[in-house]
Amino acid sequence: MTVLEFDRVTKTYSVRGAGQIKALDDVTFTLRSGQTIGLVGQSGSGKSTIARILTQLETPTSGQVRLDGQPIPRHGAGLRAYRQQLRMVFQDPFASLNPYHSIRYHLERPLRLDAVVPKAGLDDEVRRLLERVRLEPDAVIDRRPHELSGGQRQRVAIARALASRPRLLVADEPVSMLDVSIRLGVLNLLADLGREEGLGVLYITHDLATARHFSDEIIVLNQGRIVESGPADDVILRPQDPYTRQLRAASPDPEKHFASASGAHGGAL
Amino acid sequence: MRDALLTVRDFSVTYDVDPPVEAVKDVTLELRRGEILGLAGESGCGKTTLAYGLQRLLKAPAVITGGSVVFHDRSGEDVDVARLDAEQMRRFRWDKISMVFQGAMNALNPVAPIGAQLEDVFEVHRPGMSRAERREAAAELLDIVKVGRQRLRSFPHELSGGMRQRVMIAMALALRPQLMVMDEPTTALDVLVQREILRQISQLRHEFGFTVVFITHDLPLLLEISDRIAIMRAGEIVELDTAERIWTNPQDEYTKTLLSSFPRLTGDRGVVVR
Repeated sequence: MTVLEFDRVTKTYSVRGAGQIKALDDVTFTLRSGQTIGLVGQSGSGKSTIARILTQLETPTSGQVRLDGQPIPRHGAGLRAYRQQLRMVFQDPFASLNPYHSIRYHLERPLRLDAVVPKAGLDDEVRRLLERVRLEPDAVIDRRPHELSGGQRQRVAIARALASRPRLLVADEPVSMLDVSIRLGVLNLLADLGREEGLGVLYITHDLATARHFSDEIIVLNQGRIVESGPADDVILRPQDPYTRQLRAASPDPEKHFASASGAHGGAL
Repeated sequence: MRDALLTVRDFSVTYDVDPPVEAVKDVTLELRRGEILGLAGESGCGKTTLAYGLQRLLKAPAVITGGSVVFHDRSGEDVDVARLDAEQMRRFRWDKISMVFQGAMNALNPVAPIGAQLEDVFEVHRPGMSRAERREAAAELLDIVKVGRQRLRSFPHELSGGMRQRVMIAMALALRPQLMVMDEPTTALDVLVQREILRQISQLRHEFGFTVVFITHDLPLLLEISDRIAIMRAGEIVELDTAERIWTNPQDEYTKTLLSSFPRLTGDRGVVVR
């Protein structure tokens, strides 16, 4: 079932001295429930503009974004209901949690605000959320963010995003600030949740290898335009567009390096 | 094999806090002239502390608790880094060993043109140079790293991230050091810019013959660019071998864990492990 539709969305910024800049140019795609789409491209390609439009920090210059077939409401109760359906997971788990508050507070707050469960059920629901992100509730519930590792904090941020029972998660570089050995765990968690809960996941990254690994489909953006999209393996293994090929060639790939270099060092540089 | 540039023996650094943290424990390694040594490990493993410690750049509460660092100068002289006094140390740094810092893009002074910042290096370390000579040397450096001398009067904010990183490399190259320590020099850049910078480092190394210690947590990247790789964990080097052998035949369990933390770009879906 289609959750999200971008229908010919264009976003133009006026820049003094440089005229009009098209941050997004005629972008069209759909995201189904349970599906993960990887959004890749270099800095300035428009990835974050898509996230900003989704969170209503920006409005499209033309075109329409629809959630469950409905255009995004601009204000009022409609906008609030929309935001309950779409939640973000940010890059920096150190900055996105409030150092003064306990983990319990972080998770209770969206539950209260959106009245997801009756007051008496708050504790149970918080514990259930922590279990869903594979955290031991008793070990973390009354702790504050600084007492947790980066990976644990990011799991709390994911639990918080899940609290309002959204249809769509937007994860903007969710693991790039985490230690390498725990990145896969967090990404696996996102992918599992997507499948188990029928969530649509938009995974924004510049890392082609993880995009391939965790996405059903990949969309490649360059200068605001979609230059290529399709099943993850097709896009990465058989790229059609020159820009996608360029991105792939620039990404570290030891496998190819050792296969082609066969000892002749520095060949891949 | 090529001759040695730097010999590190039983080098240890402790952060004197309560309880004390042994950030680097008995590290022994020999850096060969002209090689790229990759230093890989996760946050907090001690890789940056080690790199800073080699040049005595650490600040309290860090204390070098033992070991020796000997620099084998091109002239044939051996320099025991621990025995240099403050003035000798000041001359030694940047002249023999320079550094491209973590987050180098933000290490430039925002209120001074980049040309002036490059000239500062010569003003301090080459007091005999005239103003005009300094200006010309700074211009030449910008040409070498392909930023171009027309940018001498630009301020850091007028340059892209990649260009700022090139300026930092130019600065590290200024005195033609024999060793360049690069601490996560491309981590904040996107892949296309990262690749350009790596190409440039490789070219400059061929041209000027310096040795590189390249610090990063990005093991796939290190596997491509390094001659040898040292894997660090909890202050110790757990494995040190050629990039190829780290790739084909890792010995240490932790090396294998690190390798399996990276999904493969090509080939079958799965993680980088063999």
